[in-house]
Amino acid sequence: MNQSKALHQRIEKALNDDQLRRNFRSAMDGIRARRAEQFPDDAQLQALRDQTRSIRADSLARQAELLEKLEARLTENGIQVHWAETPEQANALVFGILEAEGADSVVKGKSMVSEETELNHYLETRGIEVIESDLGEYIIQMAHEPPSHIVAPAIHKNRVEVAELFRDHHPEQPYTEDIDELTGTARTVLREKFANADAGISGVNFAVAETGTLCLVENEGNGRLSTTAPRIHIAITGIEKVVDRLADIPPLLDILTKSATGQPITTYFNMISGPRQPGEKDGPQQVHLVLLDNGRSRIALDDELLDTLRCIRCGACMNHCPVYVHVGGHAYGTVYPGPIGIVLEPQRLGLDQVGSLTSACSLCGACGEVCPVKIPLPKLINRLRAEAVTARGEEGKMRGPGSLRKPREVMAWKLWKIFYASPLLHRLFTRTATRLRWLMPGRIAPWTDYRTAPRLARRSLAERARQEGFERE
Amino acid sequence: MPRPDTIYFFGTCVIDLVYPDAGIAGMQLLRRAGVRVIYPDAQTCCGQPAFNSGYREEALAVARAQLACFPQDYPVVVPSGSCAGMIKHHWPELFAGQPDEALARDIAQRTYELTEFLVDVLDLQLHDSGAPTTVAIHTSCSARREMGVADRIEALLAQLANVEVLEPAHATECCGFGGTFSLKQPEISGAMAIAKSKALQATGACRVISQDCGCLMNLSGTMEKQGQDLPTQHIAEFLMERTDGVSK
Repeated sequence: MNQSKALHQRIEKALNDDQLRRNFRSAMDGIRARRAEQFPDDAQLQALRDQTRSIRADSLARQAELLEKLEARLTENGIQVHWAETPEQANALVFGILEAEGADSVVKGKSMVSEETELNHYLETRGIEVIESDLGEYIIQMAHEPPSHIVAPAIHKNRVEVAELFRDHHPEQPYTEDIDELTGTARTVLREKFANADAGISGVNFAVAETGTLCLVENEGNGRLSTTAPRIHIAITGIEKVVDRLADIPPLLDILTKSATGQPITTYFNMISGPRQPGEKDGPQQVHLVLLDNGRSRIALDDELLDTLRCIRCGACMNHCPVYVHVGGHAYGTVYPGPIGIVLEPQRLGLDQVGSLTSACSLCGACGEVCPVKIPLPKLINRLRAEAVTARGEEGKMRGPGSLRKPREVMAWKLWKIFYASPLLHRLFTRTATRLRWLMPGRIAPWTDYRTAPRLARRSLAERARQEGFERE
Repeated sequence: MPRPDTIYFFGTCVIDLVYPDAGIAGMQLLRRAGVRVIYPDAQTCCGQPAFNSGYREEALAVARAQLACFPQDYPVVVPSGSCAGMIKHHWPELFAGQPDEALARDIAQRTYELTEFLVDVLDLQLHDSGAPTTVAIHTSCSARREMGVADRIEALLAQLANVEVLEPAHATECCGFGGTFSLKQPEISGAMAIAKSKALQATGACRVISQDCGCLMNLSGTMEKQGQDLPTQHIAEFLMERTDGVSK
């Protein structure tokens, strides 16, 4: 099946699921309101966005240098650094570390990069038990589903759906729809996993070059347990997450938590700067960092598309997206959904694979308005649309240029150009169209599947302006 | 800017063919305010439909055909947030590196959305002569975010003593039109249009007013198909009707 048809099928499935749509509508309404409460002063918000945009842009401009510095400092701190160009390499590195240490059970904190590499599947097929410890991730792991949101992975499920999952997977526990009791069940199960796991795997929100510090933002304490209780901690992240200075972190953290969940600060903020030192009573014996490229270096080759990499994964763009709120994250069919997904995934995977995602956007601009690091998302979506239909596709920066160029569409735009680039032909066209308006069909699919057809005026504005005595030129 | 004597009116392709009454009302408002209004005959379209669909060469060719329409240094007034936004914000990008870039930029910087021009430049004063009524505003995404003029339509309606403005739920959310988005993703577009129509209906307002005819075409068509009989109207027509005694 071609990608466009598959996308339409996923969208139709989502739109026909009333429960799913109610879940997203109410979740997004709540999260939007909470974010808005955190930014009562627009001038302050804009100043903060400018600051965090600069920090991220500067980090990307100096990325090679900062990554070298990061590796040097991390190594000094006793953290082992590994580089992966592809998802396969990243997975193999993680497995290699576990295998060498005889580790066969893992607790995981939330990591979207591990979703990119499909790490869980890779490890499970090699005999390693992987338990997601973030509550949302734990829920979708039970449901065997991918995340539908980058911050709130199980946001598509309501309380009852979650209760049913717990009933099916933990029949020993009494059935309940009470959120605190459900959380209690998860806590009971996960505590034992934390205590006994050989290794913890986590993501990274920011990697600080000057101090060699890995920052991890979370709310449940599962991140702290995953990175401290097991004897091995493996962090995995994208190479774009590096920033230079520790002083860069407060503004980034501030805008991240407010933009993401509408919290002034999260319950936990972990700064990991090394394994357990002699004389210390806790902490992992080994800390590893796997830095993944996976197409990021190629994105960085283009001055405009580079902005994509400023992303700090807050999810505000999807929270405010009118398409996302109607169809949810799974309809996109990619690891990253919503506006950032529309921009990132075709660059990561190729326009020939997922370029039709760029059509799932009305260019309303809501995403660009809330992005904490001012990624011009609508502009980038428009750019990718142009790349997808270009006639002069050069394989290079972008994979699959021109792959969505369709002869019928090309013809339609050429015809449009002929009639709208020539004032003379345009006048002929509008005169004819208005006079023959009774010929206009009442059904123009797909427009009229949801609407009545527009009715052409008896006379065009140009003719009316003349009749009303307005000056022409 | 000082109050100009003369302006160019860029009517937009949707208004030209489907909503000429809105265009005429806009020009009459300007003329009544003492401004000389020129409607350049050679105008066709700002190029936005092709630009937003990725067909930049075609967009450039059509946009370029407009450049000769505005030879004098008069402001260009556009009765649509999205077409004004295309000229003001996307022409500089579209014409970048082209021989006529400077001309495109010159036109871009003197382009105004109609309500923006009426409020900011003309400081238009209105006297309501209509019967008490209620309206719901649907502000287009381009007027709100690209042009940043969402409050101008509110300011104009606030001058009408007998008009009560009712706010729909999710007021800032897109109506689902999005130009060719409505054809490429008809199911999502339709879902968004239906949700917006219901929110507007739920206000209980007598009419929906907008500064963009693209949104109005989408919303009126959706409401008609849904069997909702909520009239929609461009702000220019509504203002003329309320202040001139001329009703449709």
